[in-house]
Amino acid sequence: MATGHFIEGIAGGRLSSEQYADNFSDLHPPLDHHEALVESDRCYFCYDAPCMNACPTSIDIPLFIRQIATGNPLGSAKTIFDQNILGGMCARVCPTETLCEEVCVREVAEGKPVQIGRLQRYATDVAMSEGKQFYKRAEATGKSIAVVGAGPAGLAAAHRLARHGHEVTILEARPKAGGLNEYGIAAYKSVDDFAQAEVDYVTAIGGIDIQNGKALGRDFQLADLMRNYDAVFLGMGLGGVNALRADGEDADGVTNAVEFIAELRQASDLSSLPVGRRVVVIGGGMTAVDAAVQSKLLGAEEVTICYRRGQEHMNASGFEQDLAAANGVTIRHWLQPTRVIAENGKVSGIELEYTAMSGDKLVGTGERLTLVADQVFKAIGQSFVPAHLNGSEEAIELEGGRIKVDAEGRTSLAKVWAGGDCIFGGDDLTVSAVAQGRDAAESIHRALTSNGRA
Amino acid sequence: MADIRNNFIGIKSPNPFWLASAPPTDKAYNVERAFKAGWGGVVWKTLGEEGPPVVNVNGPRYGAIWGADRRLLGLNNIELITDRDLQTNLREMKQVKMNWPDRALIASIMVPCVEESWKAILPLVEETGADGIELNFGCPHGMSERGMGSAVGQVPEYIEMVVRWCKQYTRMPVITKLTPNITDIRKPARAAHAGGTDAVSLINTINSITGVDLDSFAPQPTIDGKGSHGGYCGPAVKPIAMNMVAEIARDPETRGLPISGIGGITTWRDAAEFMALGAGNVQVCTAAMTYGFKIVQEMIAGLENWMDEKGHASLSDIIGRATPNVTDWQYLNLNYVAKAHIDQDACIKCGRCHIACEDTSHQAITRMVNGARHFEVIEAECVGCNLCVNVCPVEGCITMEPLAAGVVDQRTGKPVSPIYANWTTHPNNPMAKVAAE
Repeated sequence: MATGHFIEGIAGGRLSSEQYADNFSDLHPPLDHHEALVESDRCYFCYDAPCMNACPTSIDIPLFIRQIATGNPLGSAKTIFDQNILGGMCARVCPTETLCEEVCVREVAEGKPVQIGRLQRYATDVAMSEGKQFYKRAEATGKSIAVVGAGPAGLAAAHRLARHGHEVTILEARPKAGGLNEYGIAAYKSVDDFAQAEVDYVTAIGGIDIQNGKALGRDFQLADLMRNYDAVFLGMGLGGVNALRADGEDADGVTNAVEFIAELRQASDLSSLPVGRRVVVIGGGMTAVDAAVQSKLLGAEEVTICYRRGQEHMNASGFEQDLAAANGVTIRHWLQPTRVIAENGKVSGIELEYTAMSGDKLVGTGERLTLVADQVFKAIGQSFVPAHLNGSEEAIELEGGRIKVDAEGRTSLAKVWAGGDCIFGGDDLTVSAVAQGRDAAESIHRALTSNGRA
Repeated sequence: MADIRNNFIGIKSPNPFWLASAPPTDKAYNVERAFKAGWGGVVWKTLGEEGPPVVNVNGPRYGAIWGADRRLLGLNNIELITDRDLQTNLREMKQVKMNWPDRALIASIMVPCVEESWKAILPLVEETGADGIELNFGCPHGMSERGMGSAVGQVPEYIEMVVRWCKQYTRMPVITKLTPNITDIRKPARAAHAGGTDAVSLINTINSITGVDLDSFAPQPTIDGKGSHGGYCGPAVKPIAMNMVAEIARDPETRGLPISGIGGITTWRDAAEFMALGAGNVQVCTAAMTYGFKIVQEMIAGLENWMDEKGHASLSDIIGRATPNVTDWQYLNLNYVAKAHIDQDACIKCGRCHIACEDTSHQAITRMVNGARHFEVIEAECVGCNLCVNVCPVEGCITMEPLAAGVVDQRTGKPVSPIYANWTTHPNNPMAKVAAE
């Protein structure tokens, strides 16, 4: 079947159906009951645990692990959900190797942290498979809140607001809820349509109305929301993709990595998803790795990540880099794109220039390299598109090109809060978006009630 | 190479590891396998008197407690003495002893507490060529309800009486097996000694319930919804057993009485500890029932290796070496002062020492120093209790360091005295013995 790899150009059907299924199966299979007990016993139940402090949502990790160890997975799930209602997805996609597991004392002691992410998945899977709902809505407050974007920030905010008895309307531009959980993230990290299962689990609390196909700036304006709702939470993420700033980047075969990933996540038949024979990914973050690894798994013969700085500067974690290498992706450093080479309007290669640090500035050295490619993915970051906020009568204040918020998620507009990737200071992590959505919801609740009392 | 040959009350075996009277020594098939694996001796599963054999329950006979990885920590059983015909057992014992003349073969016996019963069975056992007998005064379930086993072992007068009968009616050495289900182990040991026993063996199993099924509310092991206390054994009982061995070894009335140590022995180290406390050899059961007979090979090699390393030539070099160091609390040196010390290079900063000390002890370990997570002993508060050492997950990270004489104890503000002084002479003791004028 190897011939599939060698089809020139961008083509589908490079692999057998078994290979597709195998390549896109669960990256970290779930722990079974006994594995979970053994792994949970490795936790030392640290005092003021470093893992807990490293978690953006401050989940009480030692407690939830102890609850697994003592045969109380439902109690464990509640401990997780109390802090992070999207604990199921975070268990799958968090870069634990740079968060909780990096600071686990067993990582320090023996280079083998407690597998916190997989334990978290174990507990949340038990609760979700039983459909166990832990929270009841408080008495209705009569207040209604609009949430823009059904991604991690918006869902976390909506759940917390609904818990407090408010009515929530989520306006989502895409056909499905979930945000990057549904449209981003490599497929092998979220199998079996987990993102939708989680949306259903979160919204099962009631009082959350998700309206799909409603885009800010297109179908409604911020001013409308401010008029019609008691409060607004903005969690629409990033709409723009940074340009390569290389000549010829509009050639056929130059694709945004996020769009490729979204298309892959939505594909019902992976064999119908075309990918190049020789793929070059420009970028150094998680998106670059996700696009590169999945290209390889779709049957590309040769996949190269080109990053303009050194290995130590890559945003992709060491684990992600290893994952790329293990899947046969080549990662090259100190290379920036200068020109996309096209034949008959289609990509045939990419010209790159070597880079170096000159003082604290990155400069091209003048030395060039050309890689043969029939597909180029742009994964050099996304940007916030403030134009969508036009229509608010007062301008919302920005900082660093994104929405400026205070510690509670309040924007410069009195009735408007924001969180997730669209705010300044975010770190592009699902778990941080959840924390920001949750905290903004608490702030909204305090503002709409008398300090939390209806 | 260290010589680990064992001579226990004249019974010789190539090593001090015997299998205790229990299911592993139930019949020739098992015992042959045990000897092939290397066991030095066996105590054959307890024989009862002639007649219809006892019957066992047909449901679970064992219950257990485990660590998280299903490591078996404690086992309990409600099995009775042999449920095989007496003549079959005797025939097999005789054959096995003929096949393995260099191994020890002891017959465990339990018959009703009447002279005629003992008088009847002893010659039958003697005829097998067994090296000795062990009187089962320990079995805590079933048989005790019929006035045997621990029902005898709990009454020193009965022990003495039965031992006397045995000494009277057989030339075989007598080992009296004691039950731990009493308040003072010295009393039954003294009684056995008074009756003329050649040795005692201990401990038998401890009355126990291993668990409760929280759906049916039935104790475990559960037989048709009900449970009965069983005999507890395995690693969990070792500390209890070692104390009882030491109590007998250092009791002036029984000092020198040979002891066969039993109770949770799983490794060579456990065996060495029992022998150091005064056991002349050891008996093993749960470890074999958990892992099979092969474990004796680790025990033999481990014991030899340790003895070679330490320069102990034979078992007599180690037996009883720790006994003189077991004393009463009142004789412990109150002028000895130790403080915990945390090796900062080994510390992994889990904070368990801090929280254990802070919540439950003496608030003597920091959690933060100069704004950084840092665990350090506050000597002015440390009473040297050792809790931090015990909860620390890193072996050797926290140690108890004795203060040298003359050094000021930060907690009391007084220099450490070089003089040994104990409670019996302490000024706070109203019963203190005033030193002679």
